[in-house]
Amino acid sequence: MIELDNLAYSYGGGELLSDISLRLTPGSFHFLTGPSGAGKTTFLKLCYGALIPTAGQAVLFGQDVREMSRDDVATIRRRIGVVHQDCQFLDHLTVAENIALPLMVSGQDVEAEQQNLEELIAWCGLTQRAGALPPELSGGERQRAALARAVIMSPEVILADEPTGNVDWEMSQRLLALLVELNRMGKTVMIATHDLGLIRAAKSRVQARVLRIAKRRLQLAGADL
Amino acid sequence: MNKRLSPRALAAISPLALLKGEPQADRVVPPTGFTARLTLFAAAAMTFLAVFALALSLATGRMAANWSQELARSSTLRISAPADQIAAQTEAALQVLETTRGVARARALTAEEQQGLLEPWFGPDLPVDSLPIPQLVEIVEDGEGYDAAGLRLRLQAEVPGAVLDDHARWRRPLVRAAERIRALGLLSLLLIGGVMAAMITLAANSALAANAQVIAVLRLVGARDEFIARAFVRRFTFRAFWGAALGMALGLAALLALPQAQAEGGFLTGLGLRGWHWIWPFVLPPVAAAVSFAATRAAARRMLGNLA
Repeated sequence: MIELDNLAYSYGGGELLSDISLRLTPGSFHFLTGPSGAGKTTFLKLCYGALIPTAGQAVLFGQDVREMSRDDVATIRRRIGVVHQDCQFLDHLTVAENIALPLMVSGQDVEAEQQNLEELIAWCGLTQRAGALPPELSGGERQRAALARAVIMSPEVILADEPTGNVDWEMSQRLLALLVELNRMGKTVMIATHDLGLIRAAKSRVQARVLRIAKRRLQLAGADL
Repeated sequence: MNKRLSPRALAAISPLALLKGEPQADRVVPPTGFTARLTLFAAAAMTFLAVFALALSLATGRMAANWSQELARSSTLRISAPADQIAAQTEAALQVLETTRGVARARALTAEEQQGLLEPWFGPDLPVDSLPIPQLVEIVEDGEGYDAAGLRLRLQAEVPGAVLDDHARWRRPLVRAAERIRALGLLSLLLIGGVMAAMITLAANSALAANAQVIAVLRLVGARDEFIARAFVRRFTFRAFWGAALGMALGLAALLALPQAQAEGGFLTGLGLRGWHWIWPFVLPPVAAAVSFAATRAAARRMLGNLA
């Protein structure tokens, strides 16, 4: 579904990532780790078409990113749920409306999906907060709302960038539990994090592979974690 | 990512697709009070001015037409003579005129009519009878017109006190002035339209810039450019339309409140609108909406095309 082949990415200054090859298979669970500034966020952006590799190939659902139009990228994003560390919402719409936003922008009837929406909100533990505005949410609630928004279209892949960066341990465990549950439902999950504790906690629940970005390369981390 | 908007996206933000409306999609653009009021105000003010520029152009056009048509078909013969000869000379002049080719009709003005002409200048109590006022003869030409030089020669021989005034001397500069004013009025209309487009472009640009987060969020959750652009374009088009409608209503109210042209004004005309010309102001709000549509769409295209 996401295939990276000898991919490289450089900013004006120099090369940030080089020689990266990876094939994400359906149902897999990956952690992406590495020091701050190593390019974890850039790597994720390459995976959902927000950035175009400066060399090599990125193929998303069979389409080369370079040949995709802006509309193609938009359509791909309906199949890839993304959760950012600093998740942003439309602050003038309620939490429930924000979670339903992907339905709205893809032209689906939000009314018809009302029951699914309510179930999803309950699953994320946000039923009490559904009518609140995003600025009124706590860090953990924001992350869960972002996760709910990322999965409402039932995407095949979920990419999460430091989803537990702004929340306490207990909340990060809840978020991890939600992501593990999504993986059990068959979704491909990739979590970028530098929180080794989170990775250890996950290892007991799911068969996760750990990728590490170091010295611009992507390596498969050993069993030392 | 430097990818251009696809043709499909552009087609989807065409005026027809826009009119269909999409209440759900409209809500994604935050109700920004400031730019909304600014756009509304700009459209209203510009349309208000446009109503006057329009009225000015139409009125001067009408004036130029009046002057060149009515005055061109008439001229005046002025007979100055001692009081006891006036009647005889008038009679002689009328005979000359009746036998002149190109003169449809000639008529000596009555004392009352002459007094009516002088009244605006001297007041109603003027004892015209006691003043040595020349006799005026109104000449109406037929379609071909007469030979002014030939008529002058004949009159000189038979009616020495007669002076022929074919109005051309002062009519031409007046008509030229009226036509210039009309051209200026039309130029003003164009400028007003251009300024409105510029203001709405600025407002749309600032709204798009201020809503960079909204656009980023929408892109992240899979919104196509057409969806985002349409939401903004629709917002601004409707704002401009209602602003222009407001400005038009105020402009028309102001026009109606203008004093009407007086009957004594004769060939002068009021600044107001006449007859079917009243339709023109109602064209302004749709035009403002169209201007706003084009301006916002261009701004949205530019902005989204440069966005990741």
